[in-house]
Amino acid sequence: MTEKPKLAVWKFASCDGCQLSLLDCEDELLAVADRITIANFMEASSNVIDGPYDLSLVEGSITTPHDRERIRDVRRQSKFLITIGACATAGGIQALRNFTDTRELLSVVYASPEYISTLNTSTPISEHVKIDFELRGCPINKTQLLEVINAFLNKRKPNVSPHSVCIECKKRGTACIMVAHGTACMGPVTQAGCGAICPSYNRGCYGCYGPMEAPNTSSLVKWMRNLGVPEDELLRMFKTYNVGAESFRCAVERVEGEDK
Amino acid sequence: MTKPNNAFVIQREDLHILFDVLIERGYTPVGPTVREAVIVYDELSGLEDLPEGWAEEQDAGTYSLKRRGDNALFGFNNGPHSWKNYLFPSRVKLWEGDKTEDGGFTVKSAVDTQKKFAFIGVRACDLHAIQVQDKVFLDGEYRDPIYSKRREEALVIAVNCGQAAKTCFCTSMNTGPRVSDGYDLALTEILDNDQHYFLAEPGSTSGFSLLAEIPHSEASQEAIAAARGCTKQAQEQMGRKIDISDVKEMLYRNYDNDRWDELEKRCLSCGNCTMACPTCFCSKVEDVTDLTGNHAERWREWESCFTMDFSYIHGGSVRPTTRSRYRQWLVHKLAAWLDQFGTSGCVGCGRCITWCPVGIDLTEEVRLLRNSEN
Repeated sequence: MTEKPKLAVWKFASCDGCQLSLLDCEDELLAVADRITIANFMEASSNVIDGPYDLSLVEGSITTPHDRERIRDVRRQSKFLITIGACATAGGIQALRNFTDTRELLSVVYASPEYISTLNTSTPISEHVKIDFELRGCPINKTQLLEVINAFLNKRKPNVSPHSVCIECKKRGTACIMVAHGTACMGPVTQAGCGAICPSYNRGCYGCYGPMEAPNTSSLVKWMRNLGVPEDELLRMFKTYNVGAESFRCAVERVEGEDK
Repeated sequence: MTKPNNAFVIQREDLHILFDVLIERGYTPVGPTVREAVIVYDELSGLEDLPEGWAEEQDAGTYSLKRRGDNALFGFNNGPHSWKNYLFPSRVKLWEGDKTEDGGFTVKSAVDTQKKFAFIGVRACDLHAIQVQDKVFLDGEYRDPIYSKRREEALVIAVNCGQAAKTCFCTSMNTGPRVSDGYDLALTEILDNDQHYFLAEPGSTSGFSLLAEIPHSEASQEAIAAARGCTKQAQEQMGRKIDISDVKEMLYRNYDNDRWDELEKRCLSCGNCTMACPTCFCSKVEDVTDLTGNHAERWREWESCFTMDFSYIHGGSVRPTTRSRYRQWLVHKLAAWLDQFGTSGCVGCGRCITWCPVGIDLTEEVRLLRNSEN
C-alpha cells in the first residue's frame, strides 16, 4: 500500500472556527484519519511530523510582517494548498482595518503600541502565494470541507458551486424572505455553500460565504434602499467577514460615496 | 364546452371527504397551505390545511398575505412553489456504485420510493406548465424515469381561478384562467351570499370514480353560470399582458438591442426566476465519493442558465455576462422554445415577476424591446 498523504493545518490571523470544522467532523474524522496522516494540526495534537506535506489547509489572513514570510514557507512545504474560511479567502472581519489608519487603532487598543509589529492591511492568502483552491465561509461548513478533502483524495474536482445562495433557498423550498417579508438579504450576491440556513429561519443572509460569481451589488443596494433599509445598515451588511473581497469592498466605497 | 351532465355540485361541508378518499386510495395530497406568511405547496393532512380565508397581494418583487373577508379555500393565486417541486425534484439520487474486491465495481440504480401524489388546486397556467414539462421529459426517445413515474401516478385536482394577481397574464398566453384538459377533476369555488359550493367537472375515469365517493348533485344551469362568472372575473382582473404576436421573430431580430445592457444593470444573475418558473427544466449531475473511495453516487440537481457553470466548456463560460444570460433565458422561454418543443416556455403564471428579488418583469421587457423597434 502506498503511503498515506500527509495533511497540515495552518493558522494565521483568525478565530480558529474553521479549523474546528475539521474536529467537528466527529464521525467522519476517523475515516479521514484512515486515509490521511494528520501530520501537523496543533489544535488537535502537539505531535508534529515535519513537512513537506501533501495537503495544507490554511486558515486566517495575513496581518503581520512575520506571517507574510511564514505563508511563503508554508507554500514551499505544501504540494497542495487550500485556503479555508473568510479570513484566508478574503481577509476576514479584520479587513475592516483596510478602511482606517492602523496606527491610530494601535494607540487606542494597546498600552504600549511600540511592541506591536503589524501591517496596515488584512489580506487573503491568495495575495501572497499561489493557492490551489479556496473554500469559502465564516466559518466553513464541515460538509464542504469533507467534500474538498474527499475530492483531493479521489483526485477529482470538488463539487462547490460559485452561484448565489438564492438557488439553495429555492432548492430547499424556502420562499424568498426579501420578496415575501421585505427582509434585507445578501443572498443574491453571496456564494452558496451553507445550504441557505439563515433565510430558512427568516433572517436575511449575512454574506458569510462572500461574493458569488457575478455579484451585482449596485442593483441589490438600489432595491434595498427602496425597501427602506437605512444607509448605516446597508453598510453593515457589506462590512462583515468578507469586506475585503473586491466586490463587497467596492459596494462599501460606493455606498459611502453616494452617502456623502 | 362541458355538457351539463358532466358538471356536478359538491357542497363546501362535503369537500373534506375528497381528502379522506385520496388518502384511503394511497395518495399523498399535496397542495396550498400557509407557511411563514406565504402560500406554499406542501403535503396536506386534510382540508383544514388549506389557506381558508387568505388571499395575497403580489407585484414585481413583492408578495404579501391578506385576509379576504370570506371563507374561500382557494381564493388566492400561485405562490413561490410549483408542481415541478414534486414531479422534478430539486435533488435526487440517480445511481450508486461500489468497488468490488476483485477490482471491478457494481452499479445500482436509485429507486424512487416517493408515494403517489394527488395535486390539489392546480391552476390552468400550471396545468399547461406540467404539459410543457411532459414534452421535455416524456416525449422522444429518452423518457425521464423519475418524472415519468411520478407523473403517471399523480392525480390532478384542478381549480379554476376566481381571481387574478397583478402579475398574472395567462390570458395573453392562452393558458387560462379556465382549465381545458389534463385534469382528473376540476373544481370551481363559488361563494354566493350564504352559499358555498364547488362546481365539480370530472376529466377522467379517476375523476368520476373519486366523485362517486363524495356526496354530489347534478349542477343546475345557475351553478354552471356562476362558475363561468368566476373565471370571467379572473380574466377581467388579469394584472399584466404580453403581446406574443410574432414574439419569436421580434426577439430573434433584437439580439443586439441596447435593452439587454439595461437588464445587465438590474439583473442579479441569482437564478430565482428559473427556479420559480414551472417550466424551467435544467439540471446538472454531480458525482460524489465517500472518503474511502470505494463508494460513489451520482446526483441530479436543479441548475439555472444564470450560473456560469451552466455554459462552462473548456476555457470558460459561453455566456460570461449577465446580459447574455438574461437574454438566453428570455429568448429561450418565449422564442426558441417554440422551435424546440412546438410550444411557448411561458404559461403566464407571473412567478418570475413576483419572485425576482429586484422585480424584473418580462412582460415589461418584451414591451420595451418591441417599442424600441418603432
